[in-house]
Amino acid sequence: MTATATATEIRPGVRTFSSCLASHGLALTRDRATTLQINVGLNCNLACRHCHHSAGPGRHEVMGTETMKAVTAYAARVAFDTVDVTGGAPELVPGIAEFIAELARSTKRVLFRTNLVALHDHCDAALVERFAALGVTLFASLPSINAGQADSQRGSGVFETSVAMLRRLNGAGYGVAGSGLELNLVANPSGAFLPAAQQAAERRFRQELARRYGVAFSSLFTFANVPLGRFREWLAASGNLGDYLEKLAAGFNPCTVPGLMCRRQAVIDWRGYLFDCDFNLAAGLPLGGSPIHVSELNGPPPAGIAVPTGDYCYACTAGAGFTCAGAIS
Amino acid sequence: METYYDPADLGKFAEIAKDAPELATKFFDYYQAVFSEGELTEREKALIALAVAHSVQCPYCIDAYTKSCLEKGSNLGEMTEAVHVANAIRGGAALVHGVQMRKIAEKLSL
Repeated sequence: MTATATATEIRPGVRTFSSCLASHGLALTRDRATTLQINVGLNCNLACRHCHHSAGPGRHEVMGTETMKAVTAYAARVAFDTVDVTGGAPELVPGIAEFIAELARSTKRVLFRTNLVALHDHCDAALVERFAALGVTLFASLPSINAGQADSQRGSGVFETSVAMLRRLNGAGYGVAGSGLELNLVANPSGAFLPAAQQAAERRFRQELARRYGVAFSSLFTFANVPLGRFREWLAASGNLGDYLEKLAAGFNPCTVPGLMCRRQAVIDWRGYLFDCDFNLAAGLPLGGSPIHVSELNGPPPAGIAVPTGDYCYACTAGAGFTCAGAIS
Repeated sequence: METYYDPADLGKFAEIAKDAPELATKFFDYYQAVFSEGELTEREKALIALAVAHSVQCPYCIDAYTKSCLEKGSNLGEMTEAVHVANAIRGGAALVHGVQMRKIAEKLSL
C-alpha cells in the first residue's frame, strides 16, 4: 500500500517547511531590509532548464518606464545598502542603462546579474564601459567549467559565448585584481543534485578558467536549484521531484534560518509589487501576504512580519545554506 | 524480496550498526576520515571511489558516488574517464596474465 502525505507533509515522511521550522522552535520573520532586489522582467534570450521563473524569449513581461520611475524614487527614499538588478535578462529591458545609472545615484552598491550571452549578443561595449564608470558589480552565470554541462543547462553554444564575454569583461577591467571592478560568477548544478562546496568550487573554477581560457574573476557563489518554474516541471517530468525535495529537506540546517536572504531583502517584480525573495516572487506569494505596490511604500518593509514559505524554501536551508550571495559562510 | 538490490537499502546502511555498534562506529569514523579533504580533494577522492565502485561492481557505491561526483563538481567526461581507468586496470590485469599463459604454453609446446 502506498503511503499518503498528511496535512503537515509535502510527501510521506517529509514535513512542510513551516512545520519543519515549528519543530525546531523557529519562525521565519523579516529583519531590517538592507538589499533591494529588482526583477525587471521575465524576457530572456535563453530558456535555461533550471530557471525558477520559466523566463525565456517567449516571455514579454518587462518593467516599463513608469514602474522604473517608481522604483528609483523608492530606492532614493530608502537608503538600502545594496540594489540588485536581475531578470530574465535585464540587458533586454528598454531603458535599462538609464535605470542602472539612476539607481547608482542613490545607492552605493549596485549589482547587475547577467547570463553573459545577453551582454555578448545584445549590448555594445558602451554598456560595459558605463557600468564600469558607475562601479556596478557584475554577477555572471556560469554553471560549470565543462561546456557539456553548461550547455545542457543553458543551451547549445552558451559556454563558448560566456567565456568570450568573460574575456571581454576582463579586458574592461572587470574581475581583474586591483581594478576595483567586481566580476562574480554564479554556479548552479546542472541537474537534480546539490552544488559543490563553494570554496572548493571557487578554487577549481579559478584554476581551470585561468589555465584554459586566461579568464579571471573576483568570487564564485554556488546555489542549489530551486524547485519552481521550469526546473520543477523538469523534476516532475524526469521523475526526480520527490527525491530532490526529500534530499533538500533531509539537508535542512536550522542554523541557516537567521541568515536567509528573504529576511533582509525586499524584492520588486516587473510590475512594481513587493516580495520577500525572488522565489516567493516566482511562486506568487507577496510580501506581507497581500499585494503592495512600491509606490505605496515610504520606508523599508517592516521587520517582524512573517515570510510566506513553500516546499522550495528547503533549497535555501540545505547544508550550509544559500543566500543571494551564494552559500552561507 | 523481489530483487537482491533495492536502491532504498542504501539509506539503511547505518542499520549495520545494530548488532555490532563498536565495529560500525570504527568503520564509519574511518570512512568519513578517508573521504575528508587531505592531500587529495574531496572531489578527487569521489572520482577514485567511483572508479573502484565500478571495479567491485557495487550498485550501491555506483549510485552513491555518481551523485557524490556530480555534487562535488565533476562532469560526465571526468566520471567516464574514471570508469575507463577502472576498466583499463581490470582489463589489463586479465591481459597481463596472458604472459603466464604464453610461458606455460611455450614450455609445453614443441
